[in-house]
Amino acid sequence: MANFFTFFGGFKLTLQHLSRPTVTTSYPQAKRPKQPRQHGRHVLSRYEDGMEKCIGCELCAGACPVDCIYVRGLDNPPDHPVSPGERYGYIYEINYLRCIHCDLCVEACPTQAITESKMFEFSFTNRADAIYTKAELLVDDQGIPQRLPWEDWREGEAAMTGGWMRATSPNGEAAYEGVVQWTGDLGFGVRAAEAGQSAHRDDSATGSKQLRNVFPKHLLPEDVPLDQRGLQGMVNTARAKMPRRHRKDPH
Amino acid sequence: MSYLLGSVDPLFHHGVNGLFGVIVLIVLIKVLVGFGALMGAVTLMIWFERKAISDMQSRIGPQRWGPFGMFQTLADGLKLILKEDLIPEQADRFVFKLAPYLVVVPALITFSIVPIGGTLHIAGHVVMLQIANPPMGILLMLAMSGISVYGVMLAGWSSGSKYPLLSSVRASAQMISYEAALGMTIVTIVLATGSLSTHNIVDAQSGGIWHWNLIRLGVIPFVVFIIAITAELNRPPFDVVEGESELVGGFHTEYSSIRFGLFYLAEFMNTITMSAIIVTLFLGGPAGWVPNVAHLRWLFPIVWFLAKTVTFAFCYVWFRAALPRFRYDQLMDMGWKKLIPLSLGWVLIVAGFLIRPAWGFLMIAVVLLAWILLTRAFDLGYTRERGDESVLRTVGRRPLPGEVLRATTDEEE
Repeated sequence: MANFFTFFGGFKLTLQHLSRPTVTTSYPQAKRPKQPRQHGRHVLSRYEDGMEKCIGCELCAGACPVDCIYVRGLDNPPDHPVSPGERYGYIYEINYLRCIHCDLCVEACPTQAITESKMFEFSFTNRADAIYTKAELLVDDQGIPQRLPWEDWREGEAAMTGGWMRATSPNGEAAYEGVVQWTGDLGFGVRAAEAGQSAHRDDSATGSKQLRNVFPKHLLPEDVPLDQRGLQGMVNTARAKMPRRHRKDPH
Repeated sequence: MSYLLGSVDPLFHHGVNGLFGVIVLIVLIKVLVGFGALMGAVTLMIWFERKAISDMQSRIGPQRWGPFGMFQTLADGLKLILKEDLIPEQADRFVFKLAPYLVVVPALITFSIVPIGGTLHIAGHVVMLQIANPPMGILLMLAMSGISVYGVMLAGWSSGSKYPLLSSVRASAQMISYEAALGMTIVTIVLATGSLSTHNIVDAQSGGIWHWNLIRLGVIPFVVFIIAITAELNRPPFDVVEGESELVGGFHTEYSSIRFGLFYLAEFMNTITMSAIIVTLFLGGPAGWVPNVAHLRWLFPIVWFLAKTVTFAFCYVWFRAALPRFRYDQLMDMGWKKLIPLSLGWVLIVAGFLIRPAWGFLMIAVVLLAWILLTRAFDLGYTRERGDESVLRTVGRRPLPGEVLRATTDEEE
């Protein structure tokens, strides 16, 4: 008999879902905030003095599982060197028809020359456009990634370049998480570490949210975050939905 | 002839009066309005199903065209018409082209016997809000669902492809086994009403909720009917015929363009029609409370009918969202071992009580005895199949092809 009634559990659950907010968004009109470690289109960065970080070592091309990177190094001209090292990246091409955004190249890079932005909304009308050369990948004189006509950059994304690199620790050593292991960038200096896996998340700073915070009603009672349970939880949710200037807390 | 027609529809009391008379015009208008309304309802039903099910799954669902994405079906239909019409090389071309119509036309015709309201007075004629009221009435629905089995079966067979063929075999087996239970519940209703005509069935249920067949015949026929009709429609949870995980698309796998569209259309048209049939048979059709408003009294039965039908349409969507698909043997067990004996027993009991209570109680005793015997028979069968003396003892349950194969290869090793 108990089985007979659990049979109707599905009916109850589906009815409950009618009143819950949808999880999906109507995408082009409503866009979710990106996650702090979003893998997007690559950027070749410069040091704070304007020198290119790339030394043409081709480690990224070696690490690439889909062979989408093509690099050729050349000796630096003695009178006006391009990079601080012996050689520099003379040719640097990424084919985005092949790239799977695994970011193994970022891990492989010894100088943090290749990092990734969070921009993933780009499309091409021909194969040639899909091959990004150094002219498109390299940041400009202010250290800002170039915005190509077929790319959809969101506000403030330029500052979030290399988020994934700054959120993980080298070799998976938890002790190095949050410790600065990277060189400064032109226009931004040495960037602060992003929230890692174990670190406390500063969602108001990164503008991203965890799904369980956005959709607490879809969770089992025991999975609902502690600050969203019960009456106090309702107050907290209402407060979080208020515009920032009406909030009393310092966040 | 005119007497015969007049006895079923007051519109024909004095014959038809020639080929171009008012009566022909009224009939023509009824047919056109019915057709248009059904087509409109189908587009709305498809939209409603997609929207409701996406709400139940916390998705947004169609939203691009029209208010709340209401015109999505029109866009889909247009797309289907404009797509390339492929006929597989192995297909039997004539039957392949014929099959969709064998599914669509019965779906359309079945709706014609559904009374959607009371009567109207147009140009001095009494007009029933029902396209046709044939004397055979509800049998037409059984006949039409029988023909649509042919549509499904021939579609699968003529495709010249494996999965559609398997699907059509499943479809014909499923539809035939559930048609028995379906027919038996209809027999119960016909016995209680004393008429096959849907108009009379609805009339017999007027005058309050206690007269509805749902209550009057006990809830059992209603439950059996709604289960059997869901299986008859091949809708979830009985959609083994087009189980995507097993048979690609089922019998319409090889169909494309508007031929596929016709199957799709027929499926949803059947959903609406069967909701309407349930309302007609069990919930008194257009019966309901009518306020005394001048000139608008004819409208309320229609509203009642629509409200009841939409409720059942929602139930079908709800079934789809809530219930997982039956396994094929579970489906057959349910049809033959549960629904058919249950509905047969209920027919006997109802028939007994219709003669006199003493017969009714005798029938209850007979049915109980039969139930005990049947349970014993099922137990015996179960033991033979899976018990200690079972020939399949090594496997322990129904042999799946893979397991038997594995068992033999293991022995050889």
